[in-house]
Amino acid sequence: MNKNLERVYNGLWKENPTFVLMLGMCPTLAVTTSAINGIGMGLSTTVVLVLSNMLISALRNIIPDRVRMPAFIVVVASFVTIVQFLMEGFTPSLYESLGIYIPLIVVNCIILGRAESYASKNPVIPSMFDGIGMGLGFTVGLTLIGIVREILANGSIFGAVIAPLNDYHITLFGLAPGAFFVLGCLVAIMNVVRRNMEAKGKPLPAVQGCLGGDCSGCSLSSACTGKSLVHKADEVPPVDPKDVAKPQAVPTETKQTANAKNTEDVEKSGSDSSYADDIAGKEEK
Amino acid sequence: MSNLLKVSSSPHVRAKDDSSIIMLYVIIALMPTTLFGIINFGIRALLLIAVCITSCVLSEFLFEKAVGKKNTIGDLSAAVTGLLLALNLPHTLPVWQAVLGSVFAIVVVKMLFGGLGQNFMNPALGGRVFLLISFAGTMTHFEYDGVAGPTPLTSIGGGNVNTLDMLIGRTAGTIGETSALCILIGAIILILLGVIDLVIPGVYILTFSIFVILFGGHGLDTTFLVAHLCGGGLMLGAFFMATDYVTSPITPLGKVLFGICLGVLTGIFRFFGNSAEGVSYAIIFSNLLVPLIEKITVPRAFGISKEVKSNE
Repeated sequence: MNKNLERVYNGLWKENPTFVLMLGMCPTLAVTTSAINGIGMGLSTTVVLVLSNMLISALRNIIPDRVRMPAFIVVVASFVTIVQFLMEGFTPSLYESLGIYIPLIVVNCIILGRAESYASKNPVIPSMFDGIGMGLGFTVGLTLIGIVREILANGSIFGAVIAPLNDYHITLFGLAPGAFFVLGCLVAIMNVVRRNMEAKGKPLPAVQGCLGGDCSGCSLSSACTGKSLVHKADEVPPVDPKDVAKPQAVPTETKQTANAKNTEDVEKSGSDSSYADDIAGKEEK
Repeated sequence: MSNLLKVSSSPHVRAKDDSSIIMLYVIIALMPTTLFGIINFGIRALLLIAVCITSCVLSEFLFEKAVGKKNTIGDLSAAVTGLLLALNLPHTLPVWQAVLGSVFAIVVVKMLFGGLGQNFMNPALGGRVFLLISFAGTMTHFEYDGVAGPTPLTSIGGGNVNTLDMLIGRTAGTIGETSALCILIGAIILILLGVIDLVIPGVYILTFSIFVILFGGHGLDTTFLVAHLCGGGLMLGAFFMATDYVTSPITPLGKVLFGICLGVLTGIFRFFGNSAEGVSYAIIFSNLLVPLIEKITVPRAFGISKEVKSNE
């Protein structure tokens, strides 16, 4: 698959920020009272994400490592301010209903997470597509939650009233608990779909705890022992579910041993051969 | 002869009671309240009770079927949940809302957390609060003798309450909460059968009475006190829902703490909150505190001194 398209697919489905990575929960739960709010929040985040990813990627060799966080925040905050003024000018009603959550895009963990783990290590074009993918994934997530909540709480969809539902409004879904219920149900549905796809022989990469197996982007990388530094940062090959089960056991020669922090790890890598046999046996099946 | 030689680990003395027997006792104890509710509010109350019980049992059955779990409707706990939920609803509530509340109580509050014994919150009250938040209009619309009117609890401020009517239950309110007398008859049945003990309801009512005297604004006015004790869901909640085995503490000191929590919270919600009623919220809120209460009130094991324990 084309690398850029792969980034979009990654954000939309594989590592969907709302349903898989569970990032940005604060706006997800707070603004999704209606579908239009969800789509508005998602799109404004997307714009900021794409632009900040591109700029941070372009500046990645200039920003000193020590001050990268303040630098990222300055970049993101600039774009958020621009977006905020544009929304205030052109979509005042949306601006009103999103309220405090527009300035709060600055500290949205999806944006900082992508800057830290992807944009600061990759060229501009892939970073842009990464931003588009993640942003659209977020938008789709928020819009879905918004649609379900709007139908249940207000009996309308994108503001259009569904007449048969007039007497059947459930106020709870317009409130915070309803957001949790809807999010939980959608994540459950998503997990079922993923499991079915895996059962059909299309193994989807399971997210490996931190950043989908891409340990190079993790700030705790040096301290973490549960990693496999076999992947390069710019291309994350699908992680086989078997690897997830035994992250230590990937029989990759010297790097693994070099990473071993204590004797236990050395022992494990010493017995690599038996694990390798296991895996080989499974793959034959 | 082989019975005499049976070797097993403790406990050696077993009672015949199991979940279904206990639940049956609870249903029997709720019968006076239920019958009075039907007489008081008419055929509509019977319909709601039937709908709630049916949909609770059915949703437990269907959920267990759908996820491939063992069928547990035989332990009657779903039926008790349905009955308690119905007794907590006004008889004018639309049927579909009652069904929704029952499904929520069983599927979300009970089954998703692992079924009977695992739920962290009383399912019937969870369902009631879900309905109260979702359908504030219909859930607080009370009729008596075909006339819409306030419950005694809301009109207490005006001072015109008939405490005898409230004791017998000839007032507006939810199906099961009006008659303190019938609830007390049921409570005595439960206590005599050994299903519940008096600690939680006793401490609850005592704490609440003290709270009313201190903060109610009427001092030692017995009419006001009795009206507050018999009004709203306090009696029903204290005897039938606060004593739920699953969601109340098992340690002796914990039960006392739990009762105090309930009394204080009910008082705060009734006197300083927005709505007239606070029993449901007080009970489900205290349900959430139960794990903490149990943690700090674990009794000292015999023979272990406090010093040894703290050194662990």
